[in-house]
Amino acid sequence: MTTVHTHDADAGGGASGVENFDVNDASLNRFDLVREGARRDGVEIVHYAPRFPAPGTKAEKRVERSIALLLTLSGLLGFGFVAAYIWWPFHYEAGANPSKLYTPLLGLGLGGSLFLLGAAIILWAKKLLPDEIAVQDRHDGASPRDEQALTGATMLNLVDETGIRRRPLLKAAFLLPAGALGLAAVAPLVGALIKNPNSPEPILLNTGWNPKNNNGNKVRLTREDGTPIRPEDVSVGGQMTVFPGIPHGATNVWADSPVLLIQLREADAQRLRGSIALAMANDPESRPVEGMWGNFVAYSKICTHAGCPASLYEQQTNRLLCPCHQSQFLITDQAKPIFGPATRRLPMLPLELEDGLFVAKSDFLEAIGPAYWERP
Amino acid sequence: MTPAKTNRRRRLDLAKVPEATAQGIDERFQVATPLRRVFNKVFPDHWSFMLGEIALYSFITLLLTGTFLALFFDPSMAETTYDGSYAPLRGIEMSKAYETSLNISFDVRGGLIMRQMHHWAALLFMAAIVIHMFRIFFTGAFRKPRELNWIIGLSLFWLGLTEGFAGYSLPDDALSGTGLRIADAIVLSIPLVGSWVATSLFGGEFPATEILPRLYILHVFLVPGIILALIVVHIGLVVKQKHTQWPGPGRTNHNVVGIRMFPGFAAKGGGFFMIVFGVIALLGGLLQINPIWLFGPYKTAVVSAGSQPDWYVMFLDGSTRLMPAWDIHIPLGDGYTIPAIFWPTLVLPGLLTVLPMLYPFIEARLRRDKQAHHLLQRPRDVPARTALGAMAIGFYLVLVLSGANDVIAEAFDISLNATTWAGRIGILLVPPIAYYLTYRICLGLQQHDREVLVHGVETGIIRRLPDGRFMEVHQPLAPADAHGHGALDYAGAPVPKKMNRLGAIAPAVRGFFFPIEKPATPALPPAATPVSPAVPPQQLEDAGTQQH
Ligand code: HEM
Ligand code: FES
Repeated sequence: MTTVHTHDADAGGGASGVENFDVNDASLNRFDLVREGARRDGVEIVHYAPRFPAPGTKAEKRVERSIALLLTLSGLLGFGFVAAYIWWPFHYEAGANPSKLYTPLLGLGLGGSLFLLGAAIILWAKKLLPDEIAVQDRHDGASPRDEQALTGATMLNLVDETGIRRRPLLKAAFLLPAGALGLAAVAPLVGALIKNPNSPEPILLNTGWNPKNNNGNKVRLTREDGTPIRPEDVSVGGQMTVFPGIPHGATNVWADSPVLLIQLREADAQRLRGSIALAMANDPESRPVEGMWGNFVAYSKICTHAGCPASLYEQQTNRLLCPCHQSQFLITDQAKPIFGPATRRLPMLPLELEDGLFVAKSDFLEAIGPAYWERP
Repeated sequence: MTPAKTNRRRRLDLAKVPEATAQGIDERFQVATPLRRVFNKVFPDHWSFMLGEIALYSFITLLLTGTFLALFFDPSMAETTYDGSYAPLRGIEMSKAYETSLNISFDVRGGLIMRQMHHWAALLFMAAIVIHMFRIFFTGAFRKPRELNWIIGLSLFWLGLTEGFAGYSLPDDALSGTGLRIADAIVLSIPLVGSWVATSLFGGEFPATEILPRLYILHVFLVPGIILALIVVHIGLVVKQKHTQWPGPGRTNHNVVGIRMFPGFAAKGGGFFMIVFGVIALLGGLLQINPIWLFGPYKTAVVSAGSQPDWYVMFLDGSTRLMPAWDIHIPLGDGYTIPAIFWPTLVLPGLLTVLPMLYPFIEARLRRDKQAHHLLQRPRDVPARTALGAMAIGFYLVLVLSGANDVIAEAFDISLNATTWAGRIGILLVPPIAYYLTYRICLGLQQHDREVLVHGVETGIIRRLPDGRFMEVHQPLAPADAHGHGALDYAGAPVPKKMNRLGAIAPAVRGFFFPIEKPATPALPPAATPVSPAVPPQQLEDAGTQQH
């Protein structure tokens, strides 16, 4: 930096304005040119002073040393990052071992290096670059009126040149290809993407428990590993997550099918039977399912709110809690929602015993999971 | 050139190379004037103007780390059996997407830090956008002529949220799948076409096998492309319309006071980028985030209690939790349903998009304000707007807290249902209370400013009047007028409230263990201080000497 002098607006050496400014005037120093350039850009540098008017003071040296130190540390950490990246063991191993430090070391190296570099640059900018205040004109507001008028005329003329207003036939005819190509643009997207939820079969109504997924045989209740379940496998008051005993029954292919099989305590089972009987009496046409087998009952695990697994089972209160938005379902009242945003019961899977093993009497009698417009 | 060289090959004069190159370039592209204009562009300086920069730098970090991840990630939902380094999951069936995410975490050199940096950068990106938006709102920077940039900014928030949600879904761990399951339910809830849209998006019944590849192309190409384009327009508009500035000495609605782009502003910006990048790298290396290997692959039947989305989605989770169980049944034909979840997850975000976008126009209409504004307003000076903003933040915070109500109930051992009810009541009560309090606080702060402008700064000097009363001596901010008052007009600019702000006290001597410079003399020596005639000179002399 050659400019050690303080330049203040009133002390502009010789620069006298755009008209009679001579760039080749030998008496001008470089800063005079800078200031003139800025002026032509609508910028007035009103204050411009070196941070350290007397070069080489202790304070200045100190700043220089701090910046150099930051840069050195930044460089060292950067090399540290590369070294660790190459030589530190990185494969996962169980237990406490050096590989656990791999990612933290990389973070320290890279992050530290970048951070210190940034700090050095900012320190440089704040402590060593000249202190300046510049004022720029905004030139805000709209373009001059006549400019607006000229552009407006040009644009209107553009429309006239095409003569589209005078030629209604062409206007009408033009709409055809425009419309057609518009449709052509969306057709591939829509045509390829759209899938009918009800054809070839209503996928939202069909779960893995439908006998047609099992060659017309009733579907067994199975554990995740595919083994069937006998009544004695579930303790009184206990519960078990079960899946349809069909190929991939326990995978996400049948994401709509997981069921919670519960053996109720005698009193609770009585209560549930009462609830079902009452509902049947009130409206024989309605949905309640006589789906219990003994004291066993099975509910869809898919929350009727938004589809999370509603399966935090509270034995004391006989509630199923969904962890997503905390809907709570009362098991002894046909899984009626009693708190939270869910509005509908968890559908019941009708149970039966075949050869001592649990099977589903039929598919669920209603759509499981979240509601939708035409959900029956 | 010396004559001796003329008939031979001209020797390259190294010192002349830059000049010759510059000349050559200008001959071809005529860049001298526009380039200088860029160098000379003036930027105002204020810490709150860096919030947008943080968002920009996080986005650049996202592009860099995301591209690295994309080299090793496969969004396929095909089932495979894990056989990588992470022993606890070996032999488990999972999707290719989850497997490759595990590989990035355990078998790709430096993959884990990239994943974690990517995730931290996403959180920071959204946080910076939100705080930046608050800054714009509370200072009135959205007013004419900057309405379009306000709209672009809001779009960037929603695009960022979409992008983040898509990214969060990609690894196909238990949390990803849970989020997608809920997204499916949300789409299903759209009246009339919900089941069609959901089936089409997922390519079948949830989860089917299409959704991850589709989210992937959204996540690595479409949405980042749109975000990038909008950022370019956003910043282009800032350059074109020039930055707003705080009111202050010499600052008007028609100028920008600050430093030139080069070297000062560019150096600070570049340094700040390094710092943001560095902080993200430190976070990514030192603080674990989204440890997908602990969650396991997504299985519909597996519960994940305490599962939380990323913070920027949490307010929607909260609104979903608070929504009462109000399905609307339409008894036509077989009967139709508008599920309750439709309102908090689709209608609410819709309102939260449209209303803020219209806000600049609504405010201008109400104030009958057609002016262009380049000077910012202090929040206290526009109490109604500030209070409205506080109200929105109150609303938002209740939703965010409700999104974590199970965690809160657990941590403080409160009944879960009580926290839900607290949220339901809070969402109605907190916003109006926030409005009222903020409005009063704004007026109070204004009042205090006015007081200082009229009476001056408290000096801490107590004086006893001849009649025995005590009063505090005030230092007026302006020379006294004919009535002996030094009142200044209220200008919406910060008002000094301490004597050392007036230069009455020498600035602190610098140096940690020993002074590195001579203590400066006070800018205004006590004798030269503008003195209110109400205070005898003697008194001020005393005040001056007390400092030594
Ligand atoms: C605004 C921009 C972006 C946001 C908010 C964002 C957010 C996210 C989030 C939250 C994740 C989950 C991270 C995790 O595994 O913990 C993610 C994953 C991912 N992102 Fe991004 N991202 C952005 C841009 C990009 C870009 C530009 C690319 C590539 C060009 C990219 C590529 C990826 C990939 C490949 C994954 C999966 C990584 C894995 O599962 O391990 N992202 N993103
Ligand atoms: S998904 Fe079960 S409460 Fe929302």
